[in-house]
Amino acid sequence: MNTVDLVEKSELRDVLPDFRPGDTVKVNVRVVEAGRERIQVFQGVVIRRQGGGLRETFTVRKISNGVGVERIFPVHAPMIESIVVVRRGRVRRAKLYYLRELRGKKARIKERREARPAAGAVEATGEAESEGQG
Amino acid sequence: MAEIKGILGTKLGMTQIFDDTRAIPVTVIQAGPCFVAQVRTREKDGYEAVQLAFAEPRSNGGLTKPMQGHFEAHGGKPGRYVVELRTDDAASYVPGQEIRADIFSPGERTDVVGVSKGKGFAGTMKRHGFSGLGASHGTERKHRSPGAIGACATPSRVFKGTRMAGQMGNERVTVLNLEVVRADPERNLLLLRGAVPGPNGGLVMVKSSIKAPAAAWRGA
Repeated sequence: MNTVDLVEKSELRDVLPDFRPGDTVKVNVRVVEAGRERIQVFQGVVIRRQGGGLRETFTVRKISNGVGVERIFPVHAPMIESIVVVRRGRVRRAKLYYLRELRGKKARIKERREARPAAGAVEATGEAESEGQG
Repeated sequence: MAEIKGILGTKLGMTQIFDDTRAIPVTVIQAGPCFVAQVRTREKDGYEAVQLAFAEPRSNGGLTKPMQGHFEAHGGKPGRYVVELRTDDAASYVPGQEIRADIFSPGERTDVVGVSKGKGFAGTMKRHGFSGLGASHGTERKHRSPGAIGACATPSRVFKGTRMAGQMGNERVTVLNLEVVRADPERNLLLLRGAVPGPNGGLVMVKSSIKAPAAAWRGA
């Protein structure tokens, strides 16, 4: 392991659920507003995972009031309180850019069924600290 | 001159680390350990400086007999790279003294000296950001040329310093005022905010900033 990786290692997120493009995730983002912190939820389909190590990011797409909204999150950023997998999707691409062109029924993703009993919603929280403080 | 601290190191590469809300781009530098090879004094040498040696010499004759004699004469540890650092407090160093990454602490400002990546003989578009000539409208085989380089019979010469094609990169570059984000003396690592000249694995020198003290003085 090279030294840059070693530096990154201590910064990596401890609890990271296994998710991939096609999955629907709930991202709990820490937002500081008027001096107090709260959790904002961004839920949508993961259309891309990109980069490696500490620099890895993923893009979540959702339809908000009829408008497509995409947000890019760094996987290991401390501003992300937790990532929760809501639904696993079966897709045949690593990058789901084609979803941008699709609306409604066509933009659906089939649910992925796995033989392992681990399938279904997997919850993983970051550190167990008190919320809404500060 | 002031009291300048410095250390030699190897650029390992870039990554990012997070503070509460933002990602900070950092360069990881394997800094030292360096050893003081010689101390220059005003009485003997006419100027004050510390000579630093860094890295193991190459085993296949990297350490010449004259260099070996130099290191032995001053009781220092041999190194592959030797540089001098002009500083007013050179007298406080002793030959053989070890210098580690902990001479810098987070928040401090530094200057970094390195040799930039060589780009070879580059044209004016790449080297100076010229726009080149048109892609069409009758331009023939001149799309990346600089265009005119001066006037006519007066002065009937090209002025010195006119920007033209030539060697680009592979020159000594100093980047000023980089913030130390983290210093790790156990692993001899320095994390500096921003980019540093040269390729990964290249030799760099990290010194205390020459401009930061002046800025602090003006701000006071």
